[in-house]
Amino acid sequence: MTVSIEKETEQTRPALDTVWTWLESLNDPEIPVISIIDLGIIRNVAWSGDTLEVDVTPTYSGCPATSFIAQDIEALLRKRGIIDLRIRKILSPPWTTEWLSAKGRVQLEKYGISPPQSSGRPRCCPLCGSTDVIKVSEFGSTPCKAQWRCRTCLEPFDYFKCI
Amino acid sequence: MAQEPAYFEFLCRMGDNALVLGHRLSEWCGHAPALEEDIALANTGLDLIGEAQLWLGLASDVEDRGRTADDLAMGRDVWDFRNHLLTEQPNGDFGQTMMRQYLFDAWHVCLLDALCDSSQAHTAEIAAKTVKEARYHLTRSRSIVIGLGDGTSESHRRMQTALDRLFPYVGEFFETDSIDRAMTASRIAPDPNSLKDPYLETIRSTFLDATLCVPEQEFYLSGGKTGRQHSEHLGHLLTQMQWLQRAYPEASW
Repeated sequence: MTVSIEKETEQTRPALDTVWTWLESLNDPEIPVISIIDLGIIRNVAWSGDTLEVDVTPTYSGCPATSFIAQDIEALLRKRGIIDLRIRKILSPPWTTEWLSAKGRVQLEKYGISPPQSSGRPRCCPLCGSTDVIKVSEFGSTPCKAQWRCRTCLEPFDYFKCI
Repeated sequence: MAQEPAYFEFLCRMGDNALVLGHRLSEWCGHAPALEEDIALANTGLDLIGEAQLWLGLASDVEDRGRTADDLAMGRDVWDFRNHLLTEQPNGDFGQTMMRQYLFDAWHVCLLDALCDSSQAHTAEIAAKTVKEARYHLTRSRSIVIGLGDGTSESHRRMQTALDRLFPYVGEFFETDSIDRAMTASRIAPDPNSLKDPYLETIRSTFLDATLCVPEQEFYLSGGKTGRQHSEHLGHLLTQMQWLQRAYPEASW
């Protein structure tokens, strides 16, 4: 099966829309409910001659997930038959939580992570919906999250930092 | 580029500050007074080590002699490090660590803000990326310095002791040498001294809220960023940080 796909794609360059669809299937390793597209870290996909170029930007400069994501992208595209591949790490313009898609925000909240708000605080507790929430710490289990607590259901929850 | 050796030196200064302070913060992992603070210190350290990778990666490209960012971080000895003395000072208690962090963050944000306009695109890009993280660090360290300074008599005493101990290292931020002059002339970086007044104004306002007295002294210690003389603490730090790479050269995973 794999062999026939490789053969086929060797002859035709897959359309960029197709590549975007493939990438949509890859999730953030730390937040497995959100795709790397909805996270806003794939900045561009383009053909440069016969080389497929994928531009990836890190969320946080020290985030260890960045290199795993690059490996996942490479593994996926190789499986899809892409032979000449260049994954470029792009710093500018810097990633911002504004690039999280609307779909991604809904998925985060369903998963129990309160999505980022420009007000700098969660809209409500993702577990019970109460707005009576307090900050526990500016930092949480990954570089992109802070810890908050709901005073109604008393549960702690993650809040996606707004940067 | 005519100023390449100076540019390399400048990038090592940027990278080493982030690397050494990032490592210092990692020493708290598993020891902080509360779990949330433990996680916060480790995350701040992680951001700084990520920043160090960017600056030292660029330094490696500029030098173009085959030394990677890892080689620079793990293969140089004390005399080749270019971090400010403040960043290598021991952690002390939690208050001292947060005072060191605040004094650094306030300067770091001033400098990175200015570097966003650097004539060197790569430097401007790294600054624009990392200033967002630095601002986040500053928000936290500032609120903790105020909370502990204007807290109990014990926390106030400890924060004042920390400020008195660390303030003599602040002056080195604003010292200007031939490397800085070369960077200023080519509009790569601002004159360090130009950051002094805005910085002092920022920290005075914080310390007023924290009910802490800023020492009225002009004397300061220096020698870290030029590599002329580090404090004894850096060597001890490197024995921990570089142990694996020195015991097993070229180890990787």
